[in-house]
Amino acid sequence: MADLSVNTPATRLLDGPSGKRKRARFTPKRIMIYGALLLVSFYYLLPLWVMVMTSLKGMPEVRMGNIFAPPVEITFEPWVKAWAQACTGLNCDGLSRGFWNSVQITVPSVVLSIIIASVNGYALVNWRFKGSEIFFTILIFGAFIPYQVMIYPIVIILRELGLMGSVWGLVMVHTIFGMPILTLLFRNYFASLPEELFKAARVDGAGFWRIFLKVLVPMSLPIFTVAVILQLTGIWNDFLFGVIYTKPATYPMTVQLNNIVNSVQGVKEYNVNMAATLLTGIVPLTVYLISGKLFVRGIASGAVKG
Amino acid sequence: MLDTVPPVSSALDDISVSIRDLELAFGSVKVLKDLNIDIHKGEFLVLLGASGCGKSTLLNCIAGLLEPTGGQIFIEGQNVTWAEPSERGIGMVFQSYALYPQMSVKSNLSFGLKNAKLPKDQIEKRVARAAEILHLGPLLDRKPGALSGGQRQRVAIGRALVRDVDVFLFDEPLSNLDAKLRAELRVELKRLHQSLANTMIYVTHDQVEAMTLADRIAIMKGGVIQQLAAPLEIYNTPANLYVAGFIGAPPMNFIQGALRGTDFEGIINVPMQGYGFSAAPKDGAVVFGIRPEHVLVNDAAASCAVQTRVVVDVVEPMGADTLLWCTLGGDEFRIRLDGQTPIRQGDTITVGIDPARASLFDKETEIRL
Ligand SMILES: Nc1ncnc2c1ncn2[C@@H]1O[C@H](COP(=O)(O)OP(=O)(O)O)[C@@H](O)[C@H]1O
Ligand SMILES: [Mg+2]
Repeated sequence: MADLSVNTPATRLLDGPSGKRKRARFTPKRIMIYGALLLVSFYYLLPLWVMVMTSLKGMPEVRMGNIFAPPVEITFEPWVKAWAQACTGLNCDGLSRGFWNSVQITVPSVVLSIIIASVNGYALVNWRFKGSEIFFTILIFGAFIPYQVMIYPIVIILRELGLMGSVWGLVMVHTIFGMPILTLLFRNYFASLPEELFKAARVDGAGFWRIFLKVLVPMSLPIFTVAVILQLTGIWNDFLFGVIYTKPATYPMTVQLNNIVNSVQGVKEYNVNMAATLLTGIVPLTVYLISGKLFVRGIASGAVKG
Repeated sequence: MLDTVPPVSSALDDISVSIRDLELAFGSVKVLKDLNIDIHKGEFLVLLGASGCGKSTLLNCIAGLLEPTGGQIFIEGQNVTWAEPSERGIGMVFQSYALYPQMSVKSNLSFGLKNAKLPKDQIEKRVARAAEILHLGPLLDRKPGALSGGQRQRVAIGRALVRDVDVFLFDEPLSNLDAKLRAELRVELKRLHQSLANTMIYVTHDQVEAMTLADRIAIMKGGVIQQLAAPLEIYNTPANLYVAGFIGAPPMNFIQGALRGTDFEGIINVPMQGYGFSAAPKDGAVVFGIRPEHVLVNDAAASCAVQTRVVVDVVEPMGADTLLWCTLGGDEFRIRLDGQTPIRQGDTITVGIDPARASLFDKETEIRL
């Protein structure tokens, strides 16, 4: 008889599942997933750990060899030396000179290439002209030509223009080389925006620039963020063009870093090298950390669609 | 047939939009072919057709958003074939609303006026008037993202309204709304047209919208206008088989057969004496058409000259009326009755047909006889 009462519909309803489903916290599946993730993160973060720790040690401690151990005595001396005193070939004013050179190279390159590429992409999507498809194909083709092929011709071009060795010559090179991929990026983004928006703006009497600046740019923050990150990290990290097209006085930070780390005179100061490397990497890293969320959103929102 | 349209006159000053021999091709695909329409001042013209028939393309040509490959377009007596969209005196409302997402409602409304470099006080005045007409007052400072679908579409209409244009173009403006809102906004649009008296060209694939809103409907198929007439005329005397099948839900019943003298002979025989032939009838293969709501049943059919018996396969009671799905000579035969009629599935019923309300089409040319 007791069984019967348990099985009445009313009790079944009360005892049955209700509300939020309860899940076990540690299932084998979860342990596997988190275990794998932890392992991979560890693998990736270990070198960074070694670098940060080494850069905070004095040379005697570095020589003891315990590269994974945290410093017994924290010192910022290597950082100061890397920034202001390390020798790069001729002069001994550290990375600071390279840093400012890099800023002077990167900022105009990023701004210029993004302005030109975004207008390109906009025109290719919304103002198709005769041959615009061919123009686009040629532009994209450019992305597949190995840089090395073009190095010497560009040397000649820059020399003829009188820009060889100057910051502006390098800015020009970066702007041109960023064009194919950035144009593709912007073209695909603008193509993913509703065409009717553009039509409405035309009916409203807005011209080429007003549609671009007042309607499209304000709704394109994610893709501009992606472009800034791509260009900023790409140009900041560039070594090849920097070493070829500039001269020692205008070397970007990466080239100077190389000169510090690879200098053959004297003892190898690992702590200074580590600090110098971290200093050089700090800019792209910061940019990414600040705008990482927008970056992912931009990539997800049509930036990679054909 | 009573025509609700102002009488057609050749006087140019009665014509608002005139389309002459318009042709448009995307590459080798001709989407519009030799299209001619004259739209009167203050007329509400609906372009109706299945998806992909070229309605939006035609509207975009009128707006100047697509360049025609041939022909001319006149608006208010001006040849605007090569004019910019903003110079044509048109306003356009899109299916997806196409509001500028980063601008407030107010900026959306005033964007066109600012582009036209209108003085500030003028802009204020016009925006205030549009907001009043469309009940947008409390929404002026919001962004489009914070509006409902119906509100967004009203802003889109307002954007055309502020520009004080002669011609309004609508491209399926109600398609993205749910059924209830669509019905509401439909009435609102009709009111708006009555109070503004602008010329309106309205694209839709929804025949209810077309029938309720239009002064005249142009039915398109494959880039060609099949019939251009007042809604009731299209309903009562469809110009060809396509129009007959397109207008009306459920669609007209068609019966294959032949015409001998003035008699239709098929699975049923119908003497067509009362039928208004457009030309002297010729013998040959024809299609006989009768609308589901014009079929009489049982007692009502008693007085009909033409009667037959069918079995009811499916009954669909819809409240106001009831649909019966039957089979006649192997083909589906649809009947629409008053909602209170007590007929059940499996019943055998007598159906009667009044030849005066039927349509006859040539089987070959599909044109109305
Ligand atoms: N930009 C274009 N390029 C090629 N074909 C197009 C283009 N736009 C529309 N079409 C074709 O033209 C035809 C008519 O399109 P449209 O006017 O949009 O139809 P609808 O009547 O549904 O509004 C369709 O078959 C469509 O595929
Ligand atoms: Mg369309």
